[in-house]
Amino acid sequence: MEIGIETAFTPLASLLGGVLIGLSAVMVMGLFGRIAGIAGIAQGAMALSGAAKDRDWRWAFLAGLIVAPLAVMAGGGTVAQTVPDNLPGMALAGLLVGTGTALGSGCTSGHGVCGLARLSGRSLAAVATFMAAGFATVFVLRHIWGAA
Amino acid sequence: MRVLWGFLSGLVFGLGLVISGMANPAKVLNFLDLTGTWDPSLAFVMGGATLSAFVGYRLVWRRSAPVLDRAFDIPKTRAIDRPLLVGATLFGIGWGIGGFCPGPAFTALPLLAPGTLVFLPAMLAGLWLGARIKTGGHLQAKGATS
Repeated sequence: MEIGIETAFTPLASLLGGVLIGLSAVMVMGLFGRIAGIAGIAQGAMALSGAAKDRDWRWAFLAGLIVAPLAVMAGGGTVAQTVPDNLPGMALAGLLVGTGTALGSGCTSGHGVCGLARLSGRSLAAVATFMAAGFATVFVLRHIWGAA
Repeated sequence: MRVLWGFLSGLVFGLGLVISGMANPAKVLNFLDLTGTWDPSLAFVMGGATLSAFVGYRLVWRRSAPVLDRAFDIPKTRAIDRPLLVGATLFGIGWGIGGFCPGPAFTALPLLAPGTLVFLPAMLAGLWLGARIKTGGHLQAKGATS
């Protein structure tokens, strides 16, 4: 795995974007009474076993997510993105993210934003666990494996 | 109405991901790289999102029901159990490899990067697999129900 390229520290844009994510979570709660966890919304949209049955707004929500970068570009903005190009690695990563968020009942938004906003101890445990696993994985890939 | 508002909610979420930089895997991986090219921006994303949701949730919970549905549906499970911790660990490892969590994997789709086109279907397959493992109860402690 390659050592990272530098990315600029963007506290204001990140804070503003974060507030929009929080606003969306509040919209989903106020309108549909649901947690805005993307893994859970995708599971509900796919009608997987154990998932919620209200599929209508979930499909629309995912469509909104996909349209967002196009809207930014249509408005003259740029969407900076560098996606790792190690395709077997990305396949493994996708499988782990999907399986893990399904098993753990939540992702960065469901446990991270919504769970912490509810002051859920269960979500705090999940966030601490996936953050620790993320830090450890990048450390191993970039500084142990990458340096070898 | 539900479809329109669902779309708008997703659009606001996606704009937040793009504006914050969270939709860029390079930025996510740098946030996770404490001893290398560290970029602390994502702490501001999480902070802004969590604080605004904390305040906003308390405002909307003053209503007796959500606007477009019958009742608030809030997770009642409190157990910090094995599926939660195993799942969060697997998720964290995948996040550290790919730099995508579920939301940004969707917003990245229209830019059609090869890594995204591999990651997203694999993630959907993983969601299916994880749901099967969970309903099958393979990771439940004996006698426990979820």
